[in-house]
Amino acid sequence: MSEHRHGNGPEHDHPHDNHFTDMEARVKALESLLTEKGLIDPAAIDAIVETYENKVGPRNGARVVARAWADASFAEWLRRDATAAIASLGFTGRQGEHMRAVFNTPETHNLVVCTLCSCYPWAVLGLPPVWYKAPSYRSRAVIDPRGVLAEFGLDLAADKKVRVWDSTAELRYLVVPERPDGTEGISEEALADLVTRDSMIGTGLALSPGAVR
Amino acid sequence: MNGPHDLGGQQGFGPIAPERNEPVFHAEWEKRALGITLSCGAFGAWTLDESRHARECLPPATYLSASYYEIWTRALEQLLKRHDFVTQAELDAGRSLYRGREPKNVLKAEMVAGVLARGGPCDRPVGTPPRFAVGERVRTKNFNPETHTRLPRYARARAGVVEAVQGSFVFPDDNAHGKGENPQWVYTVVFDGPEIWGEGGDPTLTVSIDAWESYLERA
Repeated sequence: MSEHRHGNGPEHDHPHDNHFTDMEARVKALESLLTEKGLIDPAAIDAIVETYENKVGPRNGARVVARAWADASFAEWLRRDATAAIASLGFTGRQGEHMRAVFNTPETHNLVVCTLCSCYPWAVLGLPPVWYKAPSYRSRAVIDPRGVLAEFGLDLAADKKVRVWDSTAELRYLVVPERPDGTEGISEEALADLVTRDSMIGTGLALSPGAVR
Repeated sequence: MNGPHDLGGQQGFGPIAPERNEPVFHAEWEKRALGITLSCGAFGAWTLDESRHARECLPPATYLSASYYEIWTRALEQLLKRHDFVTQAELDAGRSLYRGREPKNVLKAEMVAGVLARGGPCDRPVGTPPRFAVGERVRTKNFNPETHTRLPRYARARAGVVEAVQGSFVFPDDNAHGKGENPQWVYTVVFDGPEIWGEGGDPTLTVSIDAWESYLERA
């Protein structure tokens, strides 16, 4: 198949405005305008995208949780000063400036939401998933957390307490899920493989060793 | 403000739709929208609080029907116009027609790693000790300002317990409107489910918010 060309020749027989969605066109126009005015550097945008696609993501948080599971003194530090404890592993910066870690226990399950916008601990979890930013999650997490959890496939025991943390200020929350059974003696690296993004928001639990490929 | 963003406890939005193996971005324009928004934030012309307020000021029908990066983009256009960097005619044309304001900083590629790693800490010292203590019972104020606030509607005029004093932080209600940082103590306040949701509220539920000192009074 020949390459589709956008010249003005006779082969050009379809309308241009079918090419972009409204948002594609809007954002392209904005980027062109700001670039022409010298207000932005498209290469800086590439670098930002590269950072959040490839460098900053939930693997960071999984390492924090695995360290807390493996090292009681680190867990204690994380409980007392999560910002410093997390920074000691190299995870700092935007939307992770002020961190707090909350620990699941046999009695209490923790769930994090931002009802007012989309506050999320970028430095340890990367950018939030669409559902985290969507009205259905933001509206329901505080009033019907059990219903929300059930939709993630997590049915909590009726007597388990649910603690919802609404990120209304600049603190960003990391849930430390309970360490799964049957993980005695496995490496910190292997422990990190059990820690899912959802388990660090509270919409999931850590995986059992058998559940990992 | 009681804008479309203040969603806690609203009903009728339907089920959550988690996506298996969700990609970081769903379209190329989302990548650009994120990068443009962060780049323009680096101008230093507005605060994070002002940009949040710009998003919550979108008309409810627009806000609720837009994807999140669309909300960001629409709000960013408002900020760029408000601060004289671009005009509506330029946004419509997608090209420069006017010599607008010069920013203090333009984010270049080589600066990105450092800027993202530094972030923007917003803890600030205050000269007075915290007014409330851990374990103290407090009540949130009942107010409905047309301006920016981070006290959600569902948690207004409710009694709770101070669980932690988190430190002192920039006060968004002022900072969003160019009135200065005016830092205040921030407290984690815990409410029982039935205190917030009343009859039928889940008795095993507790909800906490992080509340600035001026949102609270002694219960």
